[in-house]
Amino acid sequence: MRIGIVCPYSWDVPGGVQFHIRDLAEHLIRLGHDVSVLAPADDETPLPSYVVSAGRAVPVPYNGSVARLNFGLLSAARVRRWLADGDFEVLHIHEPAAPSLALLACWAARGPIVGTFHTSNPRSRAMIAAYPILQPALEKISARIAVSEYARRTLVEHLGGDAVVIPNGVDVGFFADAEPAPEWQGDTIGFIGRIDEPRKGLPVLMRALPAILEARPQTRLLVAGRGDEKEAVAPLPAAMRERVEFLGMVSDEDKARLLRSVDVYVAPNTGGESFGIILVEAMSAGAPVLASDLDAFVQVLDGGRAGEVFANEDAEALAAAAVRLLADPLRRKHLTERAGRHVRRFDWSTVGADILAVYETVTEGAGAVAADDRSRTFRLRG
Amino acid sequence: MTALAWIIWTTVALVLVGLYLSWTAGRLDRLHARIDAARAALDAQLLRRASVAQELATSGVFDPAASMLLYQSAHDARLAAEEQREVAESELTQALRAVFADAEQVEAVRAAPGGEESADELAAAVRRVPMARRFHNDAVRAARALRRHRTVRWLRLAGHAPFPLAFEMDDGPPEALVDRANGGGPGH
Repeated sequence: MRIGIVCPYSWDVPGGVQFHIRDLAEHLIRLGHDVSVLAPADDETPLPSYVVSAGRAVPVPYNGSVARLNFGLLSAARVRRWLADGDFEVLHIHEPAAPSLALLACWAARGPIVGTFHTSNPRSRAMIAAYPILQPALEKISARIAVSEYARRTLVEHLGGDAVVIPNGVDVGFFADAEPAPEWQGDTIGFIGRIDEPRKGLPVLMRALPAILEARPQTRLLVAGRGDEKEAVAPLPAAMRERVEFLGMVSDEDKARLLRSVDVYVAPNTGGESFGIILVEAMSAGAPVLASDLDAFVQVLDGGRAGEVFANEDAEALAAAAVRLLADPLRRKHLTERAGRHVRRFDWSTVGADILAVYETVTEGAGAVAADDRSRTFRLRG
Repeated sequence: MTALAWIIWTTVALVLVGLYLSWTAGRLDRLHARIDAARAALDAQLLRRASVAQELATSGVFDPAASMLLYQSAHDARLAAEEQREVAESELTQALRAVFADAEQVEAVRAAPGGEESADELAAAVRRVPMARRFHNDAVRAARALRRHRTVRWLRLAGHAPFPLAFEMDDGPPEALVDRANGGGPGH
């Protein structure tokens, strides 16, 4: 099948959506499909053979953070050329409701279009204002995918309609087969994420750490991620700072080994999560998971059966749960077993088959993807 | 304002209104085409499901009571008149859930010669029916929303196309069958 995928965010900036698209494209190529990904990228960035650059994305403040987006006539022209060259049987666009390349592609194409909604942003003013413009573009999407039941709920509330839930994929085997690292084993707690991004929740974990160390002084906290290390340990008493080890940015292989090694993986995120891929990776590696009780996390953890949850932003609850888990190897083993069974539904073999089933459902009896001439004539004249 | 200016502005306004109307009619047209495609896809999935179910019912892997139940409901679903279709398909769903109530029955089907293939086909079909139905009903909702607009109603932009109806049925798949597809079953 000839498949065109549109990535809304810069290929050169690491992010969940980009990784998902990369893994999906590579999975589909391994199965023998013809895949082309259109993504914003600097012209100098080396790109994998299946990625086509849509030009440089412009950083603009949007919805409370800086987004790197593509818009304007040049990008629209590149989208059209890519559509014409690709002659795709199905077009898969990601994050179509954001003002991005995906929306441009949706506007410019007709034929079988699949859209995946990743984030569950609260309804923004821009979205309300743009609704009359957004709706005609979004109603071209023949099949909507939401990455979690939570993302689906917000989608239904904000835009109406319905979507099927297909979770993000993880290469379970990659994490399950990683070699544990001895220097990261023995009473260790793991944390992976941006240190200076408060929503990732490291400050909550830092507030909980004194109580954990009081109960179990031999505990070490291993932190992998970018950010200011000095600032991160500043709230801790000086004597406890040595119990925190910063590993900096780690490679995918080291991430897998870290998750294989730690006794407990803690995800203290305070919000803004619509899925929680890191939890699936931790579960794949057999790390017992302790996470804040965000809707998306509770769902990924099978309603709390495949991992433990604590009240969001409650450092005391986090400390109590962590101490309990660290002291109870049997409970940890039990969680690892549960999680090991649960993560199979997130493996690319399952997720990929579901996404292909969606492609086949929308292409059945439909023509190929083509440029939508109607929207062009309208725009040029109107 | 001169007469000429009047004429020019009126013409511009009329052209803009005309463009807007033709664009809206195009949108409606596209939505109706999307519903047609989605309905064709849903019909194909339903037919696939009924065919595999009927094939399994006559293959002798089930006890006579289960075979009869499955055969009858699959047969009814395939031949149902349009207005009976939702009920007949829901009954097939219920029959499938009853027949595949436990994982042992799925194992028995897989153990039979050629059963592995049929079980996979049926698992794919019961997984895709809800998908296709959701896509269809999503298209129906979008078309209905547009057709409720005043402009569309007053100017009859929808022409003679019938008001689109959602396809409502019970499409919950048998857990034991789909669990296997999710990799949760034994021996996977």
